[in-house]
Amino acid sequence: MSDAATPVDVKAPGRIGPRMVLRMLWADKLAFMAAIFLIIVALCAVFGPMFLEDMASGANLRARNAPPFQMDRGFFFILGGDALGRPLLARIIVAAQNTMVIAASAVVASLLIGSTLGLIAGYAGRWTGEVIMRLADVIMSFPSLLLAVIVLYVLAPSIANLVLVLAITRIPIYLRTTRAEVLEVRERMFVQAATVMGASSSRIIFKHILPVILPTLLTIATLDFAFVMLAESALSFLGIGIQPPEITWGLMVSQGRQYLTNAWWLAFWPGLAIILTTMSLNLLSSWMRVALNPTQRWRLEIGGKARG
Amino acid sequence: MRSMLGKRALSSFVSLFVLIVLVFFLSRLTGDPATLYLPVDASDEMRNNFREIHGLNDPVLTQFGRYLVDLVQLDFGDSLRKARPALEVVLEAFVWTLWLALITMLLVTVAAIVVGSIAAFNVGKPFDRFASVLSLIGASAPDFWIAIVGIVVFSVSFGWLPTSGTGTIWHWVLPISVLFIRPFGLILQIVRGSMITALGAAYVKTARAKGVRNRPIIFVHTLRNAMLPVITVIGDQAAALLNGAVVVETIFGFPGVGKLMIDSILQRDFNVILASIMVTAIAIFIMNILIDIAYALLDPRIRS
Amino acid sequence: MADHLLEVRDLSVRFHTAHGVVNAVNGISWHLDRGETLGILGESGSGKSVSASAIMNLIDTPPGEITSGQILFDGQDLLKATDEERRRLNGKRISMIFQDPLGHLNPVYPVGWQIAETAMAHGVSKTDAYDRALQLMQRVGIPDAKTAMHKYPHQFSGGQRQRLMIAMALVLKPDILIADEPTTALDVTVQAEVLSLLEELQEETGMGLLLITHDLGVVAEACDRAVVMEGGRIVESGTPRDLYHNAQHPYTQKLLAAAPGKGEMRSAENGRQPILEVRGLTKSYGSFDALRGAEFDLHAGETLAVVGESGSGKSTIARLMLRLEAASAGSVTWKGEDILKKSPRDMAKLRRQLQMVFQDPTQSLNPHMSIYDIISEAWVIHPDILPKAKWRARVAELLEQVGLLPEHALRYPHQFSGGQRQRIAIARALALEPELIICDEAVSALDVSIQAQVIALLGELRDRLGIAFIFIAHDLPVVRDFADRVLVMQRGRIVEQGTVRQIFEAPREAYTQRLLAAGLDADPDVQAERRAARQHLTQTTGAPA
Repeated sequence: MSDAATPVDVKAPGRIGPRMVLRMLWADKLAFMAAIFLIIVALCAVFGPMFLEDMASGANLRARNAPPFQMDRGFFFILGGDALGRPLLARIIVAAQNTMVIAASAVVASLLIGSTLGLIAGYAGRWTGEVIMRLADVIMSFPSLLLAVIVLYVLAPSIANLVLVLAITRIPIYLRTTRAEVLEVRERMFVQAATVMGASSSRIIFKHILPVILPTLLTIATLDFAFVMLAESALSFLGIGIQPPEITWGLMVSQGRQYLTNAWWLAFWPGLAIILTTMSLNLLSSWMRVALNPTQRWRLEIGGKARG
Repeated sequence: MRSMLGKRALSSFVSLFVLIVLVFFLSRLTGDPATLYLPVDASDEMRNNFREIHGLNDPVLTQFGRYLVDLVQLDFGDSLRKARPALEVVLEAFVWTLWLALITMLLVTVAAIVVGSIAAFNVGKPFDRFASVLSLIGASAPDFWIAIVGIVVFSVSFGWLPTSGTGTIWHWVLPISVLFIRPFGLILQIVRGSMITALGAAYVKTARAKGVRNRPIIFVHTLRNAMLPVITVIGDQAAALLNGAVVVETIFGFPGVGKLMIDSILQRDFNVILASIMVTAIAIFIMNILIDIAYALLDPRIRS
Repeated sequence: MADHLLEVRDLSVRFHTAHGVVNAVNGISWHLDRGETLGILGESGSGKSVSASAIMNLIDTPPGEITSGQILFDGQDLLKATDEERRRLNGKRISMIFQDPLGHLNPVYPVGWQIAETAMAHGVSKTDAYDRALQLMQRVGIPDAKTAMHKYPHQFSGGQRQRLMIAMALVLKPDILIADEPTTALDVTVQAEVLSLLEELQEETGMGLLLITHDLGVVAEACDRAVVMEGGRIVESGTPRDLYHNAQHPYTQKLLAAAPGKGEMRSAENGRQPILEVRGLTKSYGSFDALRGAEFDLHAGETLAVVGESGSGKSTIARLMLRLEAASAGSVTWKGEDILKKSPRDMAKLRRQLQMVFQDPTQSLNPHMSIYDIISEAWVIHPDILPKAKWRARVAELLEQVGLLPEHALRYPHQFSGGQRQRIAIARALALEPELIICDEAVSALDVSIQAQVIALLGELRDRLGIAFIFIAHDLPVVRDFADRVLVMQRGRIVEQGTVRQIFEAPREAYTQRLLAAGLDADPDVQAERRAARQHLTQTTGAPA
């Protein structure tokens, strides 16, 4: 029995440990750099306010709109000073916290709510599914920025309300994806095989369906993190998001706007921080699409030679 | 096809109704218009009078009932701010947005299809990499930031382009360029991906075995198949633009429906908010139908 | 040097893949003459289609690379010709049809245009091209060809689509037609029709026909000569009769031995009480009846084969019995109790007695679970079968029972071949110690030699463990040496049932007879008899529906 004796020569084991993840990240240099950058941003978000809060809020009239690339006022003025003479670099680092916290909470909330509703809509009876889908349709048809403006206007802009609004508008994304995937995966033969073995619904959902759709959801969540960040900064930019003295990158761009003609750096650097972060998230998301897919993963395991 | 249309119309109608209810009540929570439209020292009597004239003294439910009755007769009420029929105000602004969206989407579609297809033919080569970077930046850039950087560079430094208004063709360049970037990045990626898939499809092998030349293989056999997923994304992006490019319209002082909506909310001009929502919803509904028709024209499998 | 119409000499092709360089074919040579049919016989991965792709200039370089050889057509070496010269030959002098006609026809264009395109690509005027397309569609037997020209591929049946592909390939009366597994995706009766259509057309035009197939029966039915390929090399060649009676190479001998339908037929022992009684089982989807009033019994330890073509309702029976779908009417009585009336909780308990092995083992194993997890899941769900301490030992035992090694337990499904995966699926079913296993086309997706091994394994388990089987297949020969009794199904109905001997030796129903006659046997002599029988059937019962 030649067929039975030797398994096919495929090197990679199916489960991925942390070392494997690192190796696959290293195989995609752009994604590796993106991950490094995001870690730095995360560190800034966690520790930045602790160390730099005072410097970031202390006005210094002599350093008003100080131009960038000059070290004589200290390292944190390397990106220049703002209209009140506060060091821009320190402010960007401190603002990372609000920016990240808002985006992360909104993404996590919409991911949890959306995918739970999606699982129910995909696995429960047709009637329940139909109701949930119509609900998603209504949210989808709502111009999200308009919803945000009205809600924030009624409820007063605060971090919690901002998260609430952003989360609600993103729920349909996860809901639809989860439902579509569940409808597809539940027809797959290994799910039917589990049914034939007598597996309970919860076992089928959590053991067989969820692991298959989780990579897709995480990939979308990474991408959506970028989207939510952009939405938050747009709202803050319009003046209905975060209110001073709290700061986010979007608000900083907005505040710098009136000095465009004589101090471009006020709006430029925080904008650059936004664009670099969203770009890193995009890169990481497309890396995840490959890395989390068992049939695509070899592209990274063999060291990036065959990527195309 | 017809039943699909009916279903879509029904679900759009339900969504729209929920939307109107929500906005109607939410917007009335934003505060009393009388405080905004009358001088600060206006007497209580004057305020009361103002509210009486505009029917704001009645219970909210009565107001809503009256609004619906008027709506059925296609009366959207008057704008508080401009003292003109709300629909008229909205349609004026909507025409601007429509043109902006149309021109942008036209440019985006052509550019994304051309660049995406060329990238798909040269997978892994420099052009493809360049296109990938382009689409990545496009999909990641915050539009308000691009807008102000654009203003700094092209209006302030070089003085080539006007910063706001709509007077000349030049006024359109910056808004369109800024709006162009994100949909271009997104659609480019879809075009590239679906073109690669189509080029590897079995029917391409058949065409080669039949002795069909390369050019018809690309333009006749693959392009039409590759466009199917692209159309859906084009529809989504166009819908987003029709909803009003709030940020861009605000920055460039462009009198479109997005700016109008924001202004109306800030000014508690309820009738205009509701009318804008309905006008854009109807526009998006029509556009979705056009997308469906395009889909059915391209793919016979949808027709039957 | 003899002058052949087409000659492949010492052709070597390799592909650069993620797993390194793969030598697809290694110095192969063969030739084809006018009016002749040459078969290239091989299993998956043998490289049987590669020379055809090289002839048609369909190998993309990179990743492909032709490292040596010549392809002589009319004395000219195609590998030295320019792309444009070769394009002019494709479709005009050499044509090709493929296995999966749905994928190989462009979904968004009418078929008439696609057929005419072959002619137009070679300079024929539009009206002429459409005239020829119409003629050919009529010739290949498309009903109402004039209207059909404006229809799209998805509006035709599988057999009709293959006819359309043939029409498309023959518009310009080529000298050579290459057919790559042209009948693999088709039902047996349709397969026979398509093969005889190809034969007629060959007689009319005198073209050379290259038939690439994995099926010894197709070679026996249609070929004048054949070459046998294994691992990128030609191991043997000759006439079908030669190959069948005097196979020299061990691989050919193994293939022949693996061909089903030659062993002893089993004789059923009657008189036991049935453990399963199916009565009036019906399933309707709207106005379409997938299954109409199926009635049959199954005895303990018995193997019942359910045979039918696509759409006959054979898989529906399995899905209804296991309650993967709700039946519209009828009863399934298992040991005196109606399965269809059980509460979900009782059903979950009962399931361990009734197991299923699915058609495609690639899809029936969860790719995220290790083999150990896949097999032991049975005991997670039914903890009373085995205490957890014994799981590891039992998994090892089961793997050995199905011919795998205990250390395979830590691997994942994608690390195994198709045949091995099906063994794992069988081990998973055995873990529940079931009394009945339903095999739904469990060997259809496997190569012939692997098919034989899996069937042998199932036979062994049946004899050792006394498990009853319901064996669903579209292929009669596979069933012949394995089943005790056979049900023949057509369009949702059981048209005939009987012992395997009754069905194979004295079929009563015309449909069963047609099915038997349409089946292809590896023995060219048997095949000649069947061909006669088929012609007889067509003459007496009219054209097959």
